[in-house]
Amino acid sequence: MARTSREIKRRIASISSTQQITRAMEMVAAAKLRKVQDRVATTRPYYDRLALSLAVVLRAAQRSGQELPAIAQRREGERHCLLVLSSDRGLAGGYNAHIIRQAEAFLQAHPQTEMVIVGKKARDYFRRRNRTALAEYVGLGDEPQVRQASDIAQVIIDFYLHGLFDKFTILYTQFVNTMTQKVALRPVLPIPDNLGGKEQPGSEPIYLFEPSANAVLEGLIPLYVNAAIYQSLIEAKASEMAARMNAMSQATDNAAELIEELNRTFHRMRQAQITKEIAEIVGGADALES
Amino acid sequence: MAVFALEVLTPERTVVSTEVEYVRLPGADGTFGVLAGHQPIMAALGIGVLEFGPFQGRRRKIALGGGFAEMHENKLTVLARTAELAEEIDVLRAREAKRRAEERLKARQADVDVARAQIALQKALLRLRVADEK
Repeated sequence: MARTSREIKRRIASISSTQQITRAMEMVAAAKLRKVQDRVATTRPYYDRLALSLAVVLRAAQRSGQELPAIAQRREGERHCLLVLSSDRGLAGGYNAHIIRQAEAFLQAHPQTEMVIVGKKARDYFRRRNRTALAEYVGLGDEPQVRQASDIAQVIIDFYLHGLFDKFTILYTQFVNTMTQKVALRPVLPIPDNLGGKEQPGSEPIYLFEPSANAVLEGLIPLYVNAAIYQSLIEAKASEMAARMNAMSQATDNAAELIEELNRTFHRMRQAQITKEIAEIVGGADALES
Repeated sequence: MAVFALEVLTPERTVVSTEVEYVRLPGADGTFGVLAGHQPIMAALGIGVLEFGPFQGRRRKIALGGGFAEMHENKLTVLARTAELAEEIDVLRAREAKRRAEERLKARQADVDVARAQIALQKALLRLRVADEK
């Protein structure tokens, strides 16, 4: 720490310009978060309604005794497809690191896994390790669009129908609130048993299906895959913005602390310098008098 | 006439949430109507026009890009892939989409997904028609 006061001054200037940047990034992330957060709230009812109806149709189709459409059939195999949702940009604290760690854990647990990757961070990570992905999506922007979700869904459904894998899961970061985000796995295909909650015996009305339960089921599943991906994209984006906002707010605080400390050192040195000068002057005067 | 609740949702937003007397839906096998007190039904919907009314004294139209409808306890919920009220349709964008789809169909290159281009064309034509008839 033994430095000249001029060096310290320069450090302070450099840290405060960094602080300005982190503060600006914090505010940008906060603004973007507010936008996506509204969408999290508006997309949930669609997905929840869809899940509920899908469960009802699936039960009806199973009861009808007819063979289910291919996309609704359960498969025995253990080949997985994992959709990994990461971000394009860093400086978001542990956001991408958490996702990648969880992806690695999934690959360990299920060796027969193909990945579909969203976001530069996960893509670059797995590229460096020579893990190829079935498909990669980067540059989706700050506000995920339904179109983007349906493009991904289309690809996933095509692969699934061609039998490239037996199970499809989304790895994303669940947005709990601004302070808390949780990495989560959302199993999508085959349709999980607990989708839309438990069946309430007796209370379920007898539905008419137009044109048939199987046809409705076949139409609903792409909508459902679509909605699951869209919902996950939105939640992941909200989580990313919240993570970045928190990371940048912490960086701003750290910078403030550093500046304060450096300021203190600077003044201590300045005072020591003054004291020394006074002592020298007094010493000089004494010498003249005597 | 008796009324019932209509809700049209897309993944992004609630397009309509109101009380109506009648709804016509583009079913996968042809259009069908729903009135208050209809028995519980679930239906696959194709690309087409959804009409409902009266809303502020008028019959209204929605360009629907496929989806699903459920009538239950006098409430009709439509979960659409895409849905736009006639008033909201951007005619210029729809024309542009139509032109692009036609071009892709005309080119017939190996990398053109004909089925998807046809769907895009169908949707663009529908939006233009609905916007025109409002």
